[in-house]
Amino acid sequence: MHIVVCIKQVPDTSDVKINPETNTLIREGVVSIINPFDENAVEAALVLKEKLGAKVTVMTMGPPQAESALRETIALGVDDVVLLSDRAFAGSDTWATSYALGKGIAHLEERPDLILFGKQAIDGDTAQVGPGVAEFLNLPIITYVRKVEVEGQLAKVERVFEDGYERMEAELPLVLTVLKEMNVPRMASLRGRMKAKKAEIKKWTAAEIGADPENTGLAGSPTKVVKIFSPPKKVGGIKIEGTAALDAARTVVGKLKEQKVI
Amino acid sequence: MFEMDYGFSESQIEIRDMVREFAQERVKPVRAELDENEEFPREILTELGKMDLMGLYIPEEYGGFGCESSLDFILAIEELSRVCIGVSVSYAANALGADPIIIGASDEQKKKYLPSLASGEKLAAFALTEPNAGSDAGGIATTARKVGDKYILNGTKQWITNGGEADVYTVLAVTNKAKGPRGVSCFIVEKDTPGFHFGKKEKKLGIRASATRELIFEDCEVPAENLIGREGIGFMLAMKTFDVSRPGIAAQGVGLAQGALDEAVQYARTRVQFGKPIAANQGLRWMLADMAVKVETARAMVYATARHADKHMKNMSKFSAMCKLYATDVSMSVTTDAVQVLGGYGFMREYPVEKMMRDAKILQIYEGTNQIQREVISHALVKEYASL
Amino acid sequence: MQEPLIIYEEKCTGCGACVKVCPFSALSVEPREGRTLPESRFRNIAVVNEACTACGACLPSCKFDALEVRDIEQKGSEDLESFTGVWIFAEQRAGEIQDVAYELLAEGRKLADELGEELSAVLMGFNIRDKAQTLIEWGADKVYVVDGAELEEYETDLYTDILAALIHRYKPEIVLAGATSIGRAFIARVAVRVKTGLTADCTALAIDPEKRILLQTRPAFGGNIMATIITPNHRPQMATVRHKVFKKGAPQPGRTGQIIEEHPKLSLARTKVVEVLHEMGNQVNLAEADIIVSGGRGLGGPENFAMLEELAKELGAAVGASRAAVDAGWMPAYHQVGQTGKTVCPKLYVACGISGAIQHLAGMSSSDYIVAINKDPDAPIFDIADFGIVGDVFEVVPMMTKVLREG
Repeated sequence: MHIVVCIKQVPDTSDVKINPETNTLIREGVVSIINPFDENAVEAALVLKEKLGAKVTVMTMGPPQAESALRETIALGVDDVVLLSDRAFAGSDTWATSYALGKGIAHLEERPDLILFGKQAIDGDTAQVGPGVAEFLNLPIITYVRKVEVEGQLAKVERVFEDGYERMEAELPLVLTVLKEMNVPRMASLRGRMKAKKAEIKKWTAAEIGADPENTGLAGSPTKVVKIFSPPKKVGGIKIEGTAALDAARTVVGKLKEQKVI
Repeated sequence: MFEMDYGFSESQIEIRDMVREFAQERVKPVRAELDENEEFPREILTELGKMDLMGLYIPEEYGGFGCESSLDFILAIEELSRVCIGVSVSYAANALGADPIIIGASDEQKKKYLPSLASGEKLAAFALTEPNAGSDAGGIATTARKVGDKYILNGTKQWITNGGEADVYTVLAVTNKAKGPRGVSCFIVEKDTPGFHFGKKEKKLGIRASATRELIFEDCEVPAENLIGREGIGFMLAMKTFDVSRPGIAAQGVGLAQGALDEAVQYARTRVQFGKPIAANQGLRWMLADMAVKVETARAMVYATARHADKHMKNMSKFSAMCKLYATDVSMSVTTDAVQVLGGYGFMREYPVEKMMRDAKILQIYEGTNQIQREVISHALVKEYASL
Repeated sequence: MQEPLIIYEEKCTGCGACVKVCPFSALSVEPREGRTLPESRFRNIAVVNEACTACGACLPSCKFDALEVRDIEQKGSEDLESFTGVWIFAEQRAGEIQDVAYELLAEGRKLADELGEELSAVLMGFNIRDKAQTLIEWGADKVYVVDGAELEEYETDLYTDILAALIHRYKPEIVLAGATSIGRAFIARVAVRVKTGLTADCTALAIDPEKRILLQTRPAFGGNIMATIITPNHRPQMATVRHKVFKKGAPQPGRTGQIIEEHPKLSLARTKVVEVLHEMGNQVNLAEADIIVSGGRGLGGPENFAMLEELAKELGAAVGASRAAVDAGWMPAYHQVGQTGKTVCPKLYVACGISGAIQHLAGMSSSDYIVAINKDPDAPIFDIADFGIVGDVFEVVPMMTKVLREG
């Protein structure tokens, strides 16, 4: 069995602060991490590998620095990694990203039986790339999966929706997007980390995977960002400072009653 | 945060970083609960095993990582201790249990026991202390009588770290009472050996996640091949084990003190009283400075001792005693000061420094009280100067 | 390839002003040395990397007119003008129209009126024909209905086939869907199949009066800033919107419209639902709660949520949590409010020890009344709070509980 996991290197957005004067992002000191949901996808692949004996390939599209994210997955125990990196991919939206990853996966020597994604990336939060890649590859997809088992060519999964879950089945090959609750990602072993430092990282360009320039990067991205801004502040709010806790509590409860909120 | 460049090797940096991350992600969220419930950190140790960290100091040929320097293991202990020494003592006690095997066992014994300890599948414990043999290890009363191809063990061991949880115990017992310390031998005893029972689990002031228990031997038959080395070298094995393990206790002290300093500085920066952060007060700020200096000097001493140990195994009792003494005294004082910096909050269980201060006390007591360390150091001094 | 952001080498002074404002870390200042560049008295120059989305955020920062964003030539949909009308996907589960559909009808109505076009709903399922009239009463002019036994349970393949086929046939200008687990599962597939743009989780939609295109605003960069996004050259313009972001309108009983039954050709579904389980155990329904008491990083640890639960008990409230509190493992994920958690719109939202990252605000800022308690007077949560208390949550929250208890 061949399992492909697509990951994304993202800025650790929980570290980001806004400069209140200029209303811009302060990105200094923000580190790049593997998108946390993708770590669950990698873990799911490694668990299946341990159980069924699969080969696990991790793929990402990104700048050359994304190599470090791939190294982290080597340390965790994946067998192969591929970095899709090319200036031509610059500015890709979810459509163009799905296209490039689809092309990259199709370019792999060994066809995947299972393609895993995290449910979404924490920087974009779109959850669109998994379904997009499935469409480009014309493969079935099950999203928001919290449990997966594979028996022969049959995948049995649990898919979560708003007020419950469904038990589902599908034949391989199949695309899944996984939830955080699926597992707790392992931490890399010391041997894994030492191996990862020295590993060769396979890099593919747009031309190598046969990506059509019209569908790549900004040219291939139907959406366009036209404005970036911070949301406006609320006017007319009350703010009390330096008041003793009991007085503050009395004031706010009084206000809530006066406004008939409670 | 700026850290002193101690000229670490590549693998040392990896170990420090990975254990630091592990402690933050896996230990910190559960440490209060483990302490409160006096719960052994089994899952944490299992995961450390999968990460190759249980076998850091075990040679590669026996399934370990075979690190080049004892500093590698010291760094792992320090980083775990920064978050919880209840966990780090359970981790380090494995080394204590395994060290007599690594130092004195036969190739066959090593092949039998070390791989599963290296992988974390099994845990080890070291059993020396008895009700009447604490600092005076010569007072051991547990006996091992040779009968045919077996030894029969009788006696009680007390306050054994990892007791009841470990699968492999290295146990000191008297084989020849007339010879005093030279009549003590060291045996490998497996958990389910008939005649080997566990007594009560101790209730402790600190390191409450760790298991501390009595071991009871009642006509416990141990195969003769489980004797480490030969009869009579048990006491020497124990002393050598302490020589390598004392810097580990010192590393616990450094890590714990660093953890307390982390909490104190963060709190002092953000706690506002009289309209300003309390760190704006010079009196308090200078306390932080003194704490930081103590932590860094202790750290430098521990690292230097570990590096010395790599080259001069035979001549290190004095230095390992020095670093154990100093780092653990520092730990007690820095954790106490951290509680003071946090004031009322520091005294409450809501904040971690309360636990840290409770935990620190044991460091001045176990693996030779700090009074014993002063004995070791002063005797060495007098002896060295006498031969000048 | 075409470079979207042009840096005029002779004008750039390497001052780095643009670097600071770029939300995507796409700019850096590098030494000129070693590059083939025109002579300059400046030592450094700005350099753009592949993270650039040509958003233009850097343009105003440049005092030397050294930056320009160029439109990338793009092959878009053919005959853009032929696409007309606003569509919403009317999600149903077990035959019940989901609230998000009514919210979309209200918002879609506004957009359609602004464009002077029709509003249509797409309804698919099994035995759901009779719901079409309801959608008309809630604002749809037309309802496309696909009714069949194979649609009894949601299947991504079938839903994708149907919506993509209808789009090909009727060419709508705008398609909106709920960002529910169903919506998110198949809409992205549809967008790829019809080759158009899709913007997820929009918090505001508007029509650009000049260009008559859809302005889609959503939190970006982990919810730390807002971005307005357009789909200039492709149709339809597609967007998803989370439940509770827009408000429902009011139904007009007896309102008339057209119901069109469609029978598109369906492929075989490649995934199969074996069993549906509708309970989630002890999970709270935050989305429906009238009052929510929420805790964040400022609570310091999981044990302190007990304090919030007491206050919540007095208020008859549900307990929520910020992403920071959930990521730290203090609260289970289903309590999370925010861009990646639940969007809520209660009558009262009490934010305790929550700094108010946009990611969180995106999930709760439309609450009717917001109370914020935080010790940092500069916390962004105060910018949207109706009542802010600068103080220690550990002191103020128990006092609030006490005051409420005393009546």
